[in-house]
Amino acid sequence: MLLDVRGLKAGYGPTWVLQGIDFAVAEGGVTALLGANGAGKTTTLRAVCGMIRTEGTINLAGRAINGRATEDIVRLGVAHVPDGRGTFMELTVEENMKLGAITRHDKGVAADFERMFELFPRLKQRFRQQAGTLSGGEQQMLAIARALLLRPRLLLMDEPSFGLAPLIVQEIFGIMARVRDEQKVSILLVEQNANLALEIADHAYLLETGRIVVSGPAADIRQDESVRRSYLGY
Amino acid sequence: MNGFLHQVIAGIATGGIYASVALALVMIYQATHHVNFAQGEMATFSTYIALTLVNAGWPFWLAFLATVAISFCLGVMIERVLMRPVANASVLTHVGVFIGLVLVVSNLTGWVFDYTVKPFPTPFHDGPLLGGLISGHELGSTAVTLVVLGLVFLFFRYTRLGLAMRAAAYNPASARLVGVRVGWMLALGWGLAAAIGAIAGIMVAPVVFLEPNMMLGILLYAFAGALLGGIDNPGGAVIGGFAVGVIENLGGTYIVGTELKLTLALVIIIGVLLVRPAGLFGRVVLSRV
Repeated sequence: MLLDVRGLKAGYGPTWVLQGIDFAVAEGGVTALLGANGAGKTTTLRAVCGMIRTEGTINLAGRAINGRATEDIVRLGVAHVPDGRGTFMELTVEENMKLGAITRHDKGVAADFERMFELFPRLKQRFRQQAGTLSGGEQQMLAIARALLLRPRLLLMDEPSFGLAPLIVQEIFGIMARVRDEQKVSILLVEQNANLALEIADHAYLLETGRIVVSGPAADIRQDESVRRSYLGY
Repeated sequence: MNGFLHQVIAGIATGGIYASVALALVMIYQATHHVNFAQGEMATFSTYIALTLVNAGWPFWLAFLATVAISFCLGVMIERVLMRPVANASVLTHVGVFIGLVLVVSNLTGWVFDYTVKPFPTPFHDGPLLGGLISGHELGSTAVTLVVLGLVFLFFRYTRLGLAMRAAAYNPASARLVGVRVGWMLALGWGLAAAIGAIAGIMVAPVVFLEPNMMLGILLYAFAGALLGGIDNPGGAVIGGFAVGVIENLGGTYIVGTELKLTLALVIIIGVLLVRPAGLFGRVVLSRV
């Protein structure tokens, strides 16, 4: 397991949002974390990145990362496409992308820029533009490009479909599938759109008010009528 | 006419000093949303270091470079030791720490270097040039200021570290998520601000003479310049600093007289806050409540 989480509690103030959850992300696949608003999905991603207070163990490739600073966890190869996309609005698209690779000193960065232009041709068109002027879909693409430019082992994605037109969502999920196949990156995907997430995921967990209530292969969960009706609502 | 032109040029020369200090203020403001009241006192302290080195027989420019380096380190240390522990504290805590810093640095300066007013040497040929239009020191210090401002611009615009520092100031949470060590970027910002302040102090000291409160008025003008240009916009603050220098000089000569010059800074500060709080080049930030 690339990411192994045991008994994870996490929260913002005196109370825990996550009540002690166990989950894992396998190497080279897509793991989905589903649930309604307020279930603790975003909190889980923030906990993995060391952005909030946690208890329990978080192992990345067998190495404990809980309690470490966010920037150190990122440097171990965990990229995060955050809630709200985290665009550096005042900077250009180029500078946003450079920041994605700011911890890298290898010679492959230029080639990776080209690869991002291939995945997201629009970013090339907007290269010198201020990132704040991009549309929501373009900012989401920029956020994914920024995360991929880290050359991560683990990619955390927080609701990439949020607030986007269905066509753009299709495009972004298509690109995610390509990235998974071509780049050997493992993805932990948080989504409210369960239908969409279960299509791309290998394994899925269902969160409800800070607890994992269902877990299993994505295909099984998709088939399971009772789970679908009671938790996913379609 | 010649007199007027001279006043404008002299205004640009002092405006360069204000621009430098304004830039130092804005650099820390952008990252922390606090104005470092102690910027002036820190610069004065640095200027005394330079004078001590010069008096010890160091060549002027070597003393200059050493002072800038020492000031940079002191700035980093102040952030690490004093500001770091209160990073998440309330605004009032910050104000308290800044006021404390002003008092401590100012008194330390007086205690270490004594309170008497001291002349400070200029490294430039100090005679009138261009038929009395500009003095050698004015020309030299303006040149140094412009070079410094240019280097700072190039650093932030074209280097990796500069980009990381801008990212940390604009959006610390996102900066951490790409692996930028935000705390250290802040400390480097303090170091740079202290270094820029030191240069401003060394350049202005030959004109105003060196004493522990040397930078008090200058900080006020610089703050006015930063507000005028936009406190969240480094380029704007620099232009604002130059503008305040010219306004101060012309106003002092033709309107209010030299005794009331400092009032002009207050008029600018209050005027900007009343009419256009974001400054001439600042971003107007709207937020839903």
